[in-house]
Amino acid sequence: MSQINTVPETTKQQLINPNLKHKPDTMLKIIVRKFFKNKLAVIGAIILCLIILASIFAPWLTPYTFEEQNLLNKLQPPSEEHLLGTDKFGRDLLTRILFGARISLFVGFASIAGAITIGTIVGSVAGYFGGWIDSILMRFIDTLYAIPTLFLLITLVTIFQPGVDKLILIFISTGWMTTARLVRAEFLSLRTREFVLSAKTVGAKSGTIIFSHILPNAVGPIIVAATIGVGGVILAEAGLSYLGLGIQPPIPSWGNMLQDAQNYTIMLKAWWYPTFPGLMILITVLSFNFVGDGLRDAFDPKVNE
Amino acid sequence: MSVQAEKSPIIQKTDTNNILEVHELKKHFPIKSGLLQKTSGYIKAVDGISFSIKKGETIGLVGESGCGKSTIGRTIIRLYEPTDGQILFKGQDISHLREAELRQSVRKNIQMIFQDPFASLNPRKTLRSILKEPLNVHKKYSGKERDEHVGLLLEKVGLNASFINRYPHEFSGGQRQRIGIARALALHPELIIADEAVSALDVSVQAQIINLMEDLQEEFGLTYIFISHDLSVVRHISDRVGVMYLGNLMELAPKQDLYTEPLHPYTQALLSAVPVPRKKGTTQRERIVLEGDLPSPANPPSGCVFHTRCSAATSECKQIIPKFKEIKKEHYVACHLYN
Repeated sequence: MSQINTVPETTKQQLINPNLKHKPDTMLKIIVRKFFKNKLAVIGAIILCLIILASIFAPWLTPYTFEEQNLLNKLQPPSEEHLLGTDKFGRDLLTRILFGARISLFVGFASIAGAITIGTIVGSVAGYFGGWIDSILMRFIDTLYAIPTLFLLITLVTIFQPGVDKLILIFISTGWMTTARLVRAEFLSLRTREFVLSAKTVGAKSGTIIFSHILPNAVGPIIVAATIGVGGVILAEAGLSYLGLGIQPPIPSWGNMLQDAQNYTIMLKAWWYPTFPGLMILITVLSFNFVGDGLRDAFDPKVNE
Repeated sequence: MSVQAEKSPIIQKTDTNNILEVHELKKHFPIKSGLLQKTSGYIKAVDGISFSIKKGETIGLVGESGCGKSTIGRTIIRLYEPTDGQILFKGQDISHLREAELRQSVRKNIQMIFQDPFASLNPRKTLRSILKEPLNVHKKYSGKERDEHVGLLLEKVGLNASFINRYPHEFSGGQRQRIGIARALALHPELIIADEAVSALDVSVQAQIINLMEDLQEEFGLTYIFISHDLSVVRHISDRVGVMYLGNLMELAPKQDLYTEPLHPYTQALLSAVPVPRKKGTTQRERIVLEGDLPSPANPPSGCVFHTRCSAATSECKQIIPKFKEIKKEHYVACHLYN
């Protein structure tokens, strides 16, 4: 007890050091700085930017169109005229890969945007309000999870004509549950945190608490899940297209290009045909995963710079 | 079932000196189980507690982990809805007010300092926005005055006003706890509930924070409810001390009385466990070791909740809930030994 009484006033004075001028960093700045320290993530981000730019400017980057056939020129190896060779209809492979990137990336981003929006709303409601609302929503999600996704996808694609819009709808409807669970878990742990309680004790309203206190702290995991999710959707789209249930020819996607190349003689005679679309899928998905990992660390306030 | 104790007559209602009166307060948490989330039982975290606090005094609440001391703090500040009983703040019954009504009276006047200085500040917000939030909610001061007020608050708790644009992660535990205190002070509350406010800090930092709290109490005429498991800290800061066990208040007395002459067997056991420096040659105090474990608050013992671990327990203790009554002046005990 006597200890408590005899704390020198100087310790208090030490805390008030006028020389400690400090330039404030915004949270965003800190996150960006932390992200740029992760080399793999930066490389992934650069690759993704290049792919996105190349797909946007595809018509100006290549003299060919993706459907221009030249049967005399079929299965040509990479050359000066066709940098990545040609396919079995004599179409320029590079052109098709660039246009395929448009489709694959668009499907990826659009599906995840939809899935994240729905998932965040459902997850926030379930996690913040809890109780029976939470129980009902979560049992519903459990039920959806129990349906084998691949077969659901195949069935849905068979019922509705395959197309980009249908694919996106399907990916949204099968993808939002993961985000919902993630957001709910974040809300469950954050809503009993002391800073949320303290916001309640000063009288902050539910909306303020959800949007200004809880969501900003949950946004890291959501963005990470979204980034990795885009890679996942690209893979799933490639898989469906490979099965002939995704993007329909002549519109190119990396998946249906791979399917085109699935032929013993083609694989042996024209290695470039399956290799480049496959490589694109690999590089893109890998880049998304690296960027996702980098973002995870950058957003986590517990991971130091 | 045990015989229900009569309402404790210890508080004269409408005593204007009392800033807070708590009557037979109960908070039971339902235990939900199964697919349909049926209620299968209750955790009786706070099970009928009565006390009152005078303006400007500090009341300490001590007890083991799980005895309900945090719950009572959170119920008084209305983070929880009480199951039963009354909370009177300056004569107004706040026990069942709606959030909008709470905002008008309670939220401005009762504030809380939390235990974990690392969890109690939003890591995504600057000190400016953390400390301005209470002012924004209650539309206190104009925009520019709010900034000035925040700077002033920081200086009041011994921090540099230039820290205003920093984030909580840039501070140490002690500094963060000062920020937490500044936030609690922002609205000029009358009652502050400090829930284990120094338990997470180093001993030297604990002392600084306690001194700060005492200075602020003097300056602003604050009333504290100081919740802690640390008997020495509570002894230092409190005027009166309440000892809790399994959701019940066992003894409440001015600190001098309680620490020198504990009446309840539980208080005696608790105090005997506090390490004290001993002069060479003097005999060691007798240590009262409690047998058994803390019973579950979901299924508390009948009669006196302490009878399962009490060396003085009789058959009466097993059946009848002891009344919480004044044995000596201002010294309340709930024990059959003092009938």
